[in-house]
Amino acid sequence: MRVASIARAGRVTGAIVAIAVLAVSPAAAQPATSIDRADTAWMIVATALVLMMTLPGLALFYAGMVRKKNVLATMAQSLAATALCSILWAAVGYSLAFAGDAPFLGTLDRLLLSGMGLDAVSPWAKTIPEALFMIYQMTFAVITVALVSGSVADRMRFSAFLWFAALWLIVVYVPISHWVWGGGFLAAAGLIDFAGGTVVHLNAGVAGLVGALVLGARRGYGSENLAPYDLSLAVIGTGLLWVGWFGFNGGSALGANPRAVFAILTTHLAACTGALTWMALEWMRLGKPSVLGMISGAVAGLGAITPASGFVLPWHGVIIGLAAGAVCYWSCTRLKFIFGYDDSLDVFGVHGVGGATGMLLAGVFATRAIGNVSGLLEGHPNQVLIQLYGIGVTLVWSAFGTVVLLKLISAFVPLRVDKQSEIEGLDVAQHGESLQ
Amino acid sequence: MKLVIAVIKPFKLEEVRDALTAVGVHGMTVTEVKGYGRQKGHMEIYRGSEYAVNFLPKVRIEIAVSSEMVDRVVEAISVAAKTGQIGDGKIFVAPIEAAMRIRTGEVDADAL
Repeated sequence: MRVASIARAGRVTGAIVAIAVLAVSPAAAQPATSIDRADTAWMIVATALVLMMTLPGLALFYAGMVRKKNVLATMAQSLAATALCSILWAAVGYSLAFAGDAPFLGTLDRLLLSGMGLDAVSPWAKTIPEALFMIYQMTFAVITVALVSGSVADRMRFSAFLWFAALWLIVVYVPISHWVWGGGFLAAAGLIDFAGGTVVHLNAGVAGLVGALVLGARRGYGSENLAPYDLSLAVIGTGLLWVGWFGFNGGSALGANPRAVFAILTTHLAACTGALTWMALEWMRLGKPSVLGMISGAVAGLGAITPASGFVLPWHGVIIGLAAGAVCYWSCTRLKFIFGYDDSLDVFGVHGVGGATGMLLAGVFATRAIGNVSGLLEGHPNQVLIQLYGIGVTLVWSAFGTVVLLKLISAFVPLRVDKQSEIEGLDVAQHGESLQ
Repeated sequence: MKLVIAVIKPFKLEEVRDALTAVGVHGMTVTEVKGYGRQKGHMEIYRGSEYAVNFLPKVRIEIAVSSEMVDRVVEAISVAAKTGQIGDGKIFVAPIEAAMRIRTGEVDADAL
């Protein structure tokens, strides 16, 4: 009898303790009520889509356009940019870009992601976990760095590129993304840039141009045959970029909502129009529409619509795609030769010029019903001036930061490979590998 | 023994192979090569950058045959490979000093 009653007392006590523990444990705490499962699901997919744009999208797009002896080395730059910049972004880049809303730079509150628990939510994306916002933004940072590599293809030393990727991310990319998206002074001034016309495209384009000028032209530029190794790789890469852009622009709505859908629709129409425009221009001027022209036009349209996609109507996307196709075509086939710079893969001609064009046209076409901002056509010409301001600031900071960093790096490591390596090919010289 | 070397247009390869089989040739070595003669190359333009492509793709066939068969073989190739357009190619005949079948060790005429 005494044993049985002791046993029962033990069970009752155990039950009381269990209830007490459950009541105070985190599992029983209130979940963050702002997290929306649909938004979160979409943003997870969008994050994967944007990462796919770099790997393997951009890797294939670029590698197909260089010479056979440099294909692997070109892919290595996208791979390395992803690996290195992802970690740096998580460690310090995200914090400096998005923590707090001081005008010029974020705080170190999220250094090494401290304080970012399961339930954390960023003020910039209240319906998804902060970790998701962080990694989504990471994919943008990564692709911007990878984009720059196109201008200096076929001749940049891999070690110098790694230093550049790390430093440029922190010194150039992080501040601009803070100014435009992290509550910085450009956002405060009313700048609209839905998915990265300044932060990604103009920034990468200008940095690429500066890099091309600082490094100098490829050996044999203007005299040797530098024809693409395999444009079919570039076409595959374009497909991955195009589809991925649904996550790049659609995901910039930060939720599964009609604005995301409109952004995707507008984006797609701009890509199509860009491709057709470049195709038509080549057909008229050269007699044949090239595949390289079609994919370049599509990417030009995609880059240009990026800042406008969440602010304009779908048919504006057609106009922006047409403008981008034409302006970028001219930049790649005339402007480049007028000034004589060797922007190997036309990062400035397509992304730089395209991004700036889209930024301006966003200021023209911004429609209140879509993005709560009115542009010139709705009676607010001032928006165009604000866009110009944003373009100017981005251009200056990107150019200045890039040239300073390149000069700094060159004091320790030569930026270019040596002459023999460039002739032999970067795959063998830098990586000890070759395509068979 | 003779080595017949023919440089022909790539799309003619199957036709030449069939013609050679018909005259009793049952083996050959084929390589993809580039070359030019009177056929000129063409221009390719990539986003404003123009390149002259002077070397055209060709196919090179090598056949080792007995001296008695050479005339029939050259005739078969020239008929099958001809289009009448510039760039049809050329056929060369060179002497072979010795030959061996690796698997069996047969030499000279028995190796062909």
